[in-house]
Amino acid sequence: MLQAFLQNVINGLAQGSVYALVALGYTMVYGVLQFINFAHSDIFMLGAFGGFYLAKWLSPSVSNPLLLLVSVILGSMAFCVAVGLTVERIAYRPLRSAPRLNVLITAIGVSLFLENLGQVVFGADPQVFPSLIPTKSLLEGEGLVLNNIQVTVVIVSVLLMLLLHWIVRHTKLGIAMRAVSFDIEVANLMGIPTDTIIIFTFTIGSSLAGAAAILYGLSYPKIEPLLGVMIGLKAFVAAVFGGIGNIMGAAVGGIVLGLAEAFTVYYVSSTFRDAIAFGILILILLFKPAGLFGTFKREKV
Amino acid sequence: MKRFQTLVLIAVVALLWGLNYLFEENLNPYVLRVIINCGIGMILAMSLNLVNGCAGQFSLGHAGFMGVGAYISATITSVLNLSPFFQTDLGVGCAIVMGGIVASIAGYLVGLPSLRLKGDYLAIVTLGFGEIIRICFLNIEAVGGARGLSGIPPKSNFFWVYLWVVVTFIALLRLLRSSYGRAILSVRENEIAAESMGIDISHYKVVAFVVSSFFAGIAGGLFAHFQSFIDPNSFVFNKSVEAVIMVVIGGMGSLSGAILGGVIVTLLPEVLRVFEQYRMVIFPLILIVLMLVRPMGLFGHKEIWELFRRKASS
Repeated sequence: MLQAFLQNVINGLAQGSVYALVALGYTMVYGVLQFINFAHSDIFMLGAFGGFYLAKWLSPSVSNPLLLLVSVILGSMAFCVAVGLTVERIAYRPLRSAPRLNVLITAIGVSLFLENLGQVVFGADPQVFPSLIPTKSLLEGEGLVLNNIQVTVVIVSVLLMLLLHWIVRHTKLGIAMRAVSFDIEVANLMGIPTDTIIIFTFTIGSSLAGAAAILYGLSYPKIEPLLGVMIGLKAFVAAVFGGIGNIMGAAVGGIVLGLAEAFTVYYVSSTFRDAIAFGILILILLFKPAGLFGTFKREKV
Repeated sequence: MKRFQTLVLIAVVALLWGLNYLFEENLNPYVLRVIINCGIGMILAMSLNLVNGCAGQFSLGHAGFMGVGAYISATITSVLNLSPFFQTDLGVGCAIVMGGIVASIAGYLVGLPSLRLKGDYLAIVTLGFGEIIRICFLNIEAVGGARGLSGIPPKSNFFWVYLWVVVTFIALLRLLRSSYGRAILSVRENEIAAESMGIDISHYKVVAFVVSSFFAGIAGGLFAHFQSFIDPNSFVFNKSVEAVIMVVIGGMGSLSGAILGGVIVTLLPEVLRVFEQYRMVIFPLILIVLMLVRPMGLFGHKEIWELFRRKASS
């Protein structure tokens, strides 16, 4: 009983930290630009494929697994940043002053474009993500499964989140980002180069998605072009759950969602796995419309 | 005047009946399929237009209501075995209406709590409800679960689909021109102003949502009895997105625009077949370009005939 509980906590944490990393990308872009970057989930997918090809190319020459893992993560992050910035430049920047609905539709369009392009380029069949580090079980007996991959996933995501926290709280860039998300027009008047800050926001969000993609590939080594859809939706749910625009909220939301899913799969049924995320979302929005940590802005005339 | 309208209606029904015979005899079955799919797309687009375009509430869960209509009507005609009546044209029609009614009840249940939310939050909650509805069907073994439901009587032909297109068009047009419709439009334009003029905005939002879900359910029922096979994957998130794209292409709030959007979105993937595998890549590109160069959609808030009228006067 206790073992099963602990096992679900372990699984949930490993899955939840991936959600949290993706959710951070959603929440940061929403905080600055107030729109759902639907393409974020497909940037995640592209990161997984970028890492896949990079790992294939690197693995014959790099023998140290740790070095391989770090270089694949960094490569995937760089690739995602490149894609994210291209999308921002081509599709989102021309619409900066357009109604929000149009930006949303454009984001959906970009998302469909990347998904379908992925199906043409990578093929619709799932590919097997290479195991970058050999799996080792850390806990024997007791009926618990805890391997080094799960530990790596959690450690890498915690490190990235701490780094992000440091950037947002303690650097000049972070202060500017918070200012822009507080009020973009006033920030502009105060001499903050808003376009540059938006570029940085996309850079950070996309790089986190790239890292998350590799961590996902390590734990679930089956990747396909539509991989991002469900993960993206759930990560967005996590972001809303924590209060969208709130960085701490996204991290907490991701972890909570991961745990809730693990418990649902174990105690209810695996087919309800996808429903639980939306069920939680609906409940939280009905009782706390701004999310767990969000602040509700009252519209004034 | 009333007499005239009745005559026009009878003429339209007769015309559809005639065209149905003509098409079934002379048209390539593939072309007829595409034409019927366009009709279903039109109903879907017009119904979503009421919520997204006219009431200004962004819903991303339309496929869920379509799914409710499809599953309920298909259950009546092919799972329950109530009576042979439900195998006939008229019986299937009744089942589709039942599907629409249940879909509108689902719309009421979903709309009542979620329409308190605004903008992106509403979009995400409706998306969530849409997915939950789909996952429920996935878990009900009686309707086939993940395997889907097959052997549904294929009774939706050109006549029935386009009859419903006409019914939807007239119903929504009359709704929009009534005091109800003006109240719904005022919610879109400015909620606070509308509220201070004494309009119960949440009531009108729910009304728009319920009517919209009804017609989405009808579209679903027609779809089920056209394909004669449905599975939960027919009503995924992408289907909702497709419906939104139809509305946006045509112009938010334009009923005739929604019809055109329904046709374009159904037709475009067929036309783009010459590009083979790249067609689904080109399709979203067209959407992005449209948003960049014509953010209002093709017609904006206007109807097609209003465009001509303005030209004539100026």
